[in-house]
Amino acid sequence: MALIAPPKAATGAASAPLLDVRHLRVEFPTRGGVLTAVDDVSLQIAPGEVLGVVGESGAGKSLTGAAIIGLLEPPGHIAAGEIHLDGQRIDRLSHDEMRRVRGRRIGAIFQDPLASLDPLYSIGDQLVETIRTHLDLGEAAARQRAIELLQEVGIPGAARRIDHYPHQFSGGMRQRVVIALALAAQPQLIIADEPTTALDVSIQAQIIALLKRLCRDHGTAVMLITHDMGVIAETADRVAVMYAGRIVEIGPVAGVIRAPKHPYTIGLMGSIPTIAGERERLAQIDGTMPRLTAIPSGCPFHPRCERAFDRCLRERPDLLDAGASRAACWLYAGEER
Amino acid sequence: MRQPVSNPRAVEGRRDGILLQVSHASKTFDVSPPWLARTLGRQPRQLLRAVDDVTFDIRRGETLGLVGESGCGKSTVARLIVGLYRLSAGTIAYAGADIGALAAGGGDRALRRKLQMIFQDPYASLNPRWRVVDIVAEPIRAHALVRGREAIRARVDALLVQVGLAAADGQKYPHQFSGGQRQRISIARALASEPEFLVCDEPTSALDVSVQAQVLNLMRDLQRALGLTYLFISHNLAIVHHIANRVGVMYLGRLVELADKPALFARPEHPYTRMLLDAIPDLAMSGRARTPVAGEVPNPLAPPPGCTFHPRCPYANERCRTEVPLLKAAPSGGIVACHAVEERRMGSDTVFPR
Repeated sequence: MALIAPPKAATGAASAPLLDVRHLRVEFPTRGGVLTAVDDVSLQIAPGEVLGVVGESGAGKSLTGAAIIGLLEPPGHIAAGEIHLDGQRIDRLSHDEMRRVRGRRIGAIFQDPLASLDPLYSIGDQLVETIRTHLDLGEAAARQRAIELLQEVGIPGAARRIDHYPHQFSGGMRQRVVIALALAAQPQLIIADEPTTALDVSIQAQIIALLKRLCRDHGTAVMLITHDMGVIAETADRVAVMYAGRIVEIGPVAGVIRAPKHPYTIGLMGSIPTIAGERERLAQIDGTMPRLTAIPSGCPFHPRCERAFDRCLRERPDLLDAGASRAACWLYAGEER
Repeated sequence: MRQPVSNPRAVEGRRDGILLQVSHASKTFDVSPPWLARTLGRQPRQLLRAVDDVTFDIRRGETLGLVGESGCGKSTVARLIVGLYRLSAGTIAYAGADIGALAAGGGDRALRRKLQMIFQDPYASLNPRWRVVDIVAEPIRAHALVRGREAIRARVDALLVQVGLAAADGQKYPHQFSGGQRQRISIARALASEPEFLVCDEPTSALDVSVQAQVLNLMRDLQRALGLTYLFISHNLAIVHHIANRVGVMYLGRLVELADKPALFARPEHPYTRMLLDAIPDLAMSGRARTPVAGEVPNPLAPPPGCTFHPRCPYANERCRTEVPLLKAAPSGGIVACHAVEERRMGSDTVFPR
């Protein structure tokens, strides 16, 4: 299986994934022992595809994203597994090599746009610096490209606004600037961690529409990390549901949302209030996600699962075929063969 | 026929069983620079109208949802009602009695006891140095509802059990609980003073969805068991749809639409309400084409003249740019403040068919 050469060539229907995460494990050594925050996570993203990663606080979704872009906060580290980007293994790169991958080949968008922008530099300075770090452009050409990027992300009066500072922008406009920064070097993959969570609903809708359009136009793949199933439904092609550091279900977004298979996903979908129909009570998953210090044996969801049986307490389930998606649940062991 | 009304409540009718009346309530904050800077820099005083002439009623036993985006004044309304802010103009009456005086630290203690508030952040609203038992017992002691150590202890235990915690949890400190459990403690504390009316300001927005479902279910059970009346404030329309009987929509300090929940969601009148409904991510994946409305909420320090929504409104005309629309009766049975609705400018081709 030869590696296909030009990284930016459209791979079309080819099956080679752009991002290939295999058996990723993230650990935090503590005085009380080693905590496993991400446990045996495998996922692929095809070129141009949007993969949603959804889960509640502590599910390990943000750490999975941070591990991929090499921004795990020490003492957190990758303890096992491999991460391949377009055929190249990137989890063993040196600090400097990883810096070049970040920004050039993987862009990042975080929840708080203010934290991603330097308050002391105009947004033009920041864009030009990013562009010139990664692309071979002169000062004037880089500035021209920066203005085009700002226009593309929908900032009115881009030629004037480029010299403004982050505090002069509203929250929604700042997030547009961050998206422009992430796209500056035309990366193949964008990791977007809760990109719309800090924004009002009307602005959130604008940003989702913008991300979708840009990624379609540029053929950029996206890993969209969020707690909001609604955002996933609007944006993603496939979705991975995480619980206690593991992927419990992964599949095409329509299948997972309309016909969830894993009991956790079923409970999660039922607990979301919607404006369609009247419900007296919301479905309720009793209890809370386990702490990392006390992850249950077998299937980590079994203490909260109404359908748990003996095997769930003893053996950890792999992802098994369950209709259109794959679910880490022993209920589907029969369908495996 | 629509008629201009100075008292929107007259057109809404049904005045029976009204528990809380907010009439022409306004709250202005002075956000001027300090006196010296103002004098030296020749800057004028700056006033922020956080709540501008808001009028609505809440009936006994119902849940009124109040929605809007950040800075629309919904939380200020909550704080005005429980007396955390003092009204700049207008009145608020609870069961017929003026409670504007509560903010001055005065007012009837018995009345104050009946209105309680649940805050958004369960991490900031509980004293980290107090045991849960003392947090929940404080209102009981303050209002002398139960006397004697043993009796107070028994009452706290019963409250903790009522909100889904264990009596033994009383000996712990807030940091030993998760966000959802802390919000249960906040609810137990609010219930400790045996209130009739709870103001809930985004009580679940800091919580994960599965925990949010637990808290929303609990609030509904308690309402039924105790006959509580809720003002439920949220930026999330789906949550308001789940919990409320009637819904008010605020924009830049003003109430722009208020209607029974089924009417508001089935036939939103105000263009802003339509926009908010359209912005809800589509979980049903109907493939409905969304038309995100352009623009952002204007600076509340310099709100646009006329209807404050006009810069973002696809139906705005000259009248909207100059004349402030008043709340008037709408065909849906609710009230709406919009010239375009009044003049039927939007026609029947609703932009956001649902």
